Amino acid sequence: MKKEFIISIYTENHIGLLTRVTVIFTRRKINIDSLTVSESAIPGVFKFTIVIKETQAQTMKVVGQIEKQIDVLKAFFHTNEEMIFQEIALYKVPIDPIYESDTIERIVRKAGARILEITKEFVIIEKTGHKEDTQALFEELNQFKVMQFIRSGRVALTRDPIERLSEFLKERDSFLDSLD
Amino acid sequence: MTAKKVTGSQALILSLLEEGVDTIFGYPGGAIMPVYDALYDFKKEVNHILTRHEQGAVHGAQGYARVSGKPGICFATSGPGATNIMTGIADAMIDSTPLVCITGQVASPLLGTDAFQESDIVGMSIPVTKWNYQITCAEEIPEVLAQAFYIATSGRPGPVLIDLTKDAQFGELDFEYEKCTKIRSYVPETHVDPQQIKAAAELIDTAKKPLILFGHGIIIGHAEEELKTFIDKTGIPAAWTLLGLSALPTEHELNVGMLGMHGNYGPNVLTNEADLIIAVGMRFDDRVTGKVSEYATNAKVIHIEIDPAEINKIIKADVPIIGDSKKALKMLIANVAENKHDDWVAEFKKCDATENEKVWQKDLYPTKPGLTMGEVIRITSEKTNHEAILVTDVGQHQMIAQRYFKFKNSRSNVTSGGLGTMGFGLPASMGAQFGAPDKTVVAVIGDGGFQMTIQELGTIAQNNLPVKIIVLNNNFLGMVRQWQEMFFEKRYSFTELQNPNFIMIGKGFGIDGHTVSERENLEDSIQKMIDHDGPYLLEVTIEQEDNVFPMVPTGASVSDIILEA
Repeated sequence: MKKEFIISIYTENHIGLLTRVTVIFTRRKINIDSLTVSESAIPGVFKFTIVIKETQAQTMKVVGQIEKQIDVLKAFFHTNEEMIFQEIALYKVPIDPIYESDTIERIVRKAGARILEITKEFVIIEKTGHKEDTQALFEELNQFKVMQFIRSGRVALTRDPIERLSEFLKERDSFLDSLD
Repeated sequence: MTAKKVTGSQALILSLLEEGVDTIFGYPGGAIMPVYDALYDFKKEVNHILTRHEQGAVHGAQGYARVSGKPGICFATSGPGATNIMTGIADAMIDSTPLVCITGQVASPLLGTDAFQESDIVGMSIPVTKWNYQITCAEEIPEVLAQAFYIATSGRPGPVLIDLTKDAQFGELDFEYEKCTKIRSYVPETHVDPQQIKAAAELIDTAKKPLILFGHGIIIGHAEEELKTFIDKTGIPAAWTLLGLSALPTEHELNVGMLGMHGNYGPNVLTNEADLIIAVGMRFDDRVTGKVSEYATNAKVIHIEIDPAEINKIIKADVPIIGDSKKALKMLIANVAENKHDDWVAEFKKCDATENEKVWQKDLYPTKPGLTMGEVIRITSEKTNHEAILVTDVGQHQMIAQRYFKFKNSRSNVTSGGLGTMGFGLPASMGAQFGAPDKTVVAVIGDGGFQMTIQELGTIAQNNLPVKIIVLNNNFLGMVRQWQEMFFEKRYSFTELQNPNFIMIGKGFGIDGHTVSERENLEDSIQKMIDHDGPYLLEVTIEQEDNVFPMVPTGASVSDIILEA
């Protein structure tokens, strides 16, 4: 049965690695639902967070193929339940309805969203949460004709108390030393 | 070591020398000209083989790597030069062949401008390389080259492509070389887990019908001796995959033959009788397994493999052993009991008798008019004392050659397995001859594949390489025709070839040869070819509609192997 998996990949910072990782999905006709790349807490180590809908068996194989890439340090996969995750969404809404009633203000308050900027023509609202939450806010705001909407890829942390990558890097260093 | 000032191109050649390179297959062009200019000063140290097409260069490098165990080196220019080596790179990737390919590239300020002969070869080659890298600055050359060699040859080997921009070739640097021995993000092999060895040994000692399946990993891991000792100690019958051929002598009493679609009857059928499969250095390719859900149905599986991604990829392993085949087998040998499986081995002999009656006799000792591919292979193997290096192309002739050629020595079988690249044979045979100059190299090629890279006759002639080329000519794309006959109601859609006079073509290149089509002349013809000093082309006119049997049809179980039409 297919379900959502979050794949976390730690890599060296090399040009072309994004393609190397994504073609592994393309080749197997797996759609990437969300992709976020940025430097991790460890300088020089980059983190990819990829969300796919797949079977666990196929996800395991894909993670194996990802780890096989030379510049990949480590890849993990988790179910949604095993991670704390968030996405961020921005909404550009026309300013007029704000003058006319307090509906937008109430929607923003209720959703735990916040207003980033107000201009003469529009207001920019920001909301973090799961896709369902940011989508729900979009539906509500859209009664006022949302001018622009953007949602980020997912960022996620494990519920694990230990940072698995640091552990992993320690192990890797001692393994490499054992080869000398 | 004091650094010396050199150009990027010189640094490239010096790096290759540091890695012990003495043979390069390549083809020059605009974007790699500085490298070729540097090469001019190293003619004594390095033998550069100028092929007739870049595809010939990369297949040549593959043939060289497969027989020598050293990485094959291939040079090509940017754009079309680079795209022309892509097939060979993909072939090397799927067959785990170590290659270091160097492509020229337009100068870095021109990258992405659609410059003349610019192609995004780094982008294009990502899915078919173990690693690739674009060098835009001369200082990077020694370190990147050292990494390239380390990555290409360690762990599960594979092709690496280094794209070198023209300004990096012209640039200057202080040359210092240090071999690469580790990369933080890359662990080519892990220590074999002794617990897993214990678990495997237990299964091996208690199994009633165990079967060893061994592949390319034995040859790559230099584990031939360990494999033989393991087989001898445990008395377990062993079958080879297409790329495992020659890792064990053909005549070893427990060698039960080839797995897979056109493999032998016994190892295919008895895979489903076995209660234990011990797979070593092989990856359960679909041509080996047939229908996966009906494969090894009664067996527990021990899978010894250096590439963790292969574990549980196709066949679930009850006892996975990740690591080097040589080390793992050594540990296993120490942990298993001496044993014999005479009754079980007898079942393979029984299957052999069936196959002999239904297939071998007809193929090897035909009585009907019309030469068979099998008899050509049998005589060639006999006349070379089973010590030649066999190089094949892809198709019917390949399967027949792999089935009937006999091997005494490892690294004697060069073929395109995973990718099934027609056109591989001729250039690979020239690479094999460079890699093993003292051996007889026999290239067995079909009339279709021969014409895909026939231009390399020029390279063979220019270097006076004594390759013995046998073209098995049935004027058909034989394997496709066989499938059309069996599965497409004999609708021979575009498989019949009107061929040129191959002997005249050979002569045009300065290569001697002749055609044989009668059985009474076959032995003498093959002898003449072998005795000939220098390259020789023997065209054998064979039966037009001969089929390769046995056969596991696509999607069928290995137990449902067909022995005859």
